[in-house]
Amino acid sequence: MNLGIHLDTTVNQTIIEEIKEPDIIHAIEAKDLNVFYGDFLAVREVDLVIQAQKITALIGPSGCGKSTVLRSFNRMNDLIPTARTTGEVLFHGKNIYKEGVDPVEVRKRIGMVFQKPNPFPKSIYENIAWGVHINGFKGSKSDMDNLIEQTLRSAALWDEVKDKLHDSGLSLSGGQQQRLCIARTIAIRPDIILMDEPCSALDPISTLKIEELMRDLSEEYTIIIVTHNMQQAARVSEFTAFFSLTENRAGVLMEYGLTIQLFTNPKNKITEDYITGRFG
Amino acid sequence: MSDYEKPSMDLFQPNYDRPEADLFEDTLDKRHRVGRVWKVVFQISTVIGIIALATLILKIFNDTMGYAAIQYKKNPATISTTGKSLEEMSCSELWPILAENVSKNRLRTIEREKILEERTKTECYNLVMFEVAEPTVKKTWPLLASLINYQEIQAYTAEKYPEGDLTFKVWITKSFILSPQSDDPLKAGIKTAILGSLFIILIVIIISFPIGVAAAIYLEEYATQNRINNIIQTNINNLAGVPSIIYGMLGLAVFVRYLEPITSGALFGFSDPTTANGRTILSAGLTLSLLILPVVIINGQEAIRAVPNSLRQASYGMGATKWQTVWSHVLPNALPGILTGTILAVSRAFGETAPLVVVGAATFITFSPESIFSKFTSVPIQIYQWTARPQDAFQNIAAAAIIVLLVLLLVLNATAVFLRNRYSRRW
Repeated sequence: MNLGIHLDTTVNQTIIEEIKEPDIIHAIEAKDLNVFYGDFLAVREVDLVIQAQKITALIGPSGCGKSTVLRSFNRMNDLIPTARTTGEVLFHGKNIYKEGVDPVEVRKRIGMVFQKPNPFPKSIYENIAWGVHINGFKGSKSDMDNLIEQTLRSAALWDEVKDKLHDSGLSLSGGQQQRLCIARTIAIRPDIILMDEPCSALDPISTLKIEELMRDLSEEYTIIIVTHNMQQAARVSEFTAFFSLTENRAGVLMEYGLTIQLFTNPKNKITEDYITGRFG
Repeated sequence: MSDYEKPSMDLFQPNYDRPEADLFEDTLDKRHRVGRVWKVVFQISTVIGIIALATLILKIFNDTMGYAAIQYKKNPATISTTGKSLEEMSCSELWPILAENVSKNRLRTIEREKILEERTKTECYNLVMFEVAEPTVKKTWPLLASLINYQEIQAYTAEKYPEGDLTFKVWITKSFILSPQSDDPLKAGIKTAILGSLFIILIVIIISFPIGVAAAIYLEEYATQNRINNIIQTNINNLAGVPSIIYGMLGLAVFVRYLEPITSGALFGFSDPTTANGRTILSAGLTLSLLILPVVIINGQEAIRAVPNSLRQASYGMGATKWQTVWSHVLPNALPGILTGTILAVSRAFGETAPLVVVGAATFITFSPESIFSKFTSVPIQIYQWTARPQDAFQNIAAAAIIVLLVLLLVLNATAVFLRNRYSRRW
C-alpha cells in the first residue's frame, strides 16, 4: 500500500516537473522592460521569458499594456513618435534595442498579425509575394509560385483561394483575410509571430479556424497572442501572462506561468478576480 | 415636404404614476418647425448659387452670337460680275477678282505666301472677302436683343449704316480657334493664346508635380514633429493663400530679371530676336509652378494622410523599410488623391492672369510659340486684352474666348474626376 501511494506520488511529481521544467528554449525575453508614451509610463518593469515553439497568451484588462509589450517585441512601438523603451528585449541572446540593431531586420524575424485584418489592396498572390520579394527572395517565378502555394496550405487557405489567386485580397471574408495576413507573415519565415487580438473582429467560426491554425503553426513557430477572450487564451495557449494596472495606471506583469495553472490555481488574488470575472 | 405623421402626444397616454412625467415639455412641434426653417434656408442658399452660375453662363453665351452691322468697302454682292455669289465660286474663278481689285505689290505678297493651286476654296473666299470687300463691324447686338428687338435693330442699321449689312454672326467658330491674334475682330483668333497656355501648363505640370509630391511625402512620412518642421508646414499653408500677383512680382524679379540668361535661353544658345529679355514661356511656367506648389503639396499631404495606417503597419510588420512602404503602399494608394489635387491646382494656374501680366505676357503676338524661350500670351491674358478694347466686336470675341477657356477647364476637371474614379481603391 505504502509502495503504491509512493509510486503514485512519484508519477504525479514527474508529470508536474515535466510540465514545469520542459527543455526551455528562450524564443525572446524581456528584461526590466519599461515603455513610455511621452511622460506616461505605460508598461513598468516587465520580465518575461517566452518559450520557443509554444503559444503564449498575454491577457489583462484594457489599457494594461499587453499590446504595448507585444509591440515592443518587434519594435513596432518605434513607429509611434512619442514612444520610448528602456530595458532589454533579448532575441537570440541579443538585445534588439541595442544601438546598431536595425528594426527592419527585427521585424523580418519577428512577424506580426494585427487586430483588424489588413491585407494590402492587391491580389491574394501579390499580398504574399510582396513581402517575400522585398526581403530579397532569390528564387525564380516558379519557386515563388511553389512558395505561395505552400504558404497558403500552411495557412489553411489554399483550398479556398486556389482558383482566385489574382483576385483582390479584399474580396475575401474577414476570417479569410486574417488567414491571408497570417500567410503573408509566415511566408517570410519569421521565428516568432506576434498576434494582436487577431480574432476580435471575427465571427466564432472564423475564430475557431484561426485558433486551429495557430495550434498547427506552433509546431514550427513561436506564437505570442494578445487576447481579451479568456476562453481563447485557455483554449490555445500553453503559457499565459496576466497583466494588470498599478495605481498610477502603469501596466505590470502580475502573474506568468502555465495556462492550466494560471487558470485553475492562480497564485495572485487579482489574477483570480480577473479570470473569474469579478473585475476587468 | 414633411412626410412624418402629425405628431401628437396623445398617441401615448402619459404615465402620471411616474414622478418624472412632468420633467419633459411637449416640444416636438417646435423642434420640427425649427428643422423646416433651416431646410428652407439651405435650399435658398443652393438656389442663389445656381442663379449666380446660370447668370454668368447666360451672360457669356449671350455675347457669343447675335446680329452684327457690317459695313463693306466694296459690297460682296457687287464684286462678282458673273451673277454667281462669291460663296459658290471656285478658287480659280475668285483669283481674277482678287487680281483685279488689289495692287500688284499686294498680289505678289499674297502669291508669295501661298500659290493659287495650294489654296482651298475657303481660303480664296476669305482672301477676296478681306482684301476686296474689307468688312468692318460697326455694331453688334447680343443674342437676346437680337431675338427680341429684330425690328428695331434693322431700323437702326438702315438709318445709321445705310450701306451696311445686318448679318447674324456666331463668334465662336472653328476659324476663331485656329486663327492667330489680329487687329481685326473678324480675323482675330485664339490659337496663339491656346498654344501659349498649353506650353505654360506643360511646364507647370513638369515642375510642380514631382517637387510637390516629393515634398508632401517628406513632410508626411519622414519629417518628425519638431519646431523647424512645424514652421515649414505653417509657411506652406500660408503660402497657399498669398495673392497671385505677389507671385508675379517674385517671378519678375527672379525669373525674368535675375535668371534672364537661363529663361531667355541665351545660356543654351537660343537667340530669339523677338524675345523680350526673360519674358518667356519658361518664366511664366516657373512663376505659375511656384504659385501652385503649396497647393499641390497640401493636397498631396492630405491624400497621403488618407492612406490608412493599418497598411503602413502591415508593411513595416513584414520587414519593409520606410522607402519600400512608401513606394509600394502609400504612394499607389494616395495617387488618385494626389492626381485630383494636382489637376485642380493646375486648372487654377490655367486661369491665372495677374501674375502673367506682371511677368510680362505679350499683349499682341500673331505667331505661335515655337519653344519655351518664345514670347507668350495665354487665354486669360487674351480675354483681358479684348475686354479692354472699346469696339463692340472685341467684347464678342472675348466672350467666345471665355467659352474656350471654360471648355478647357472643364476638360481638365473631367480628367480629374475620371482619374479619381478610375484609380480610387477601397480598403
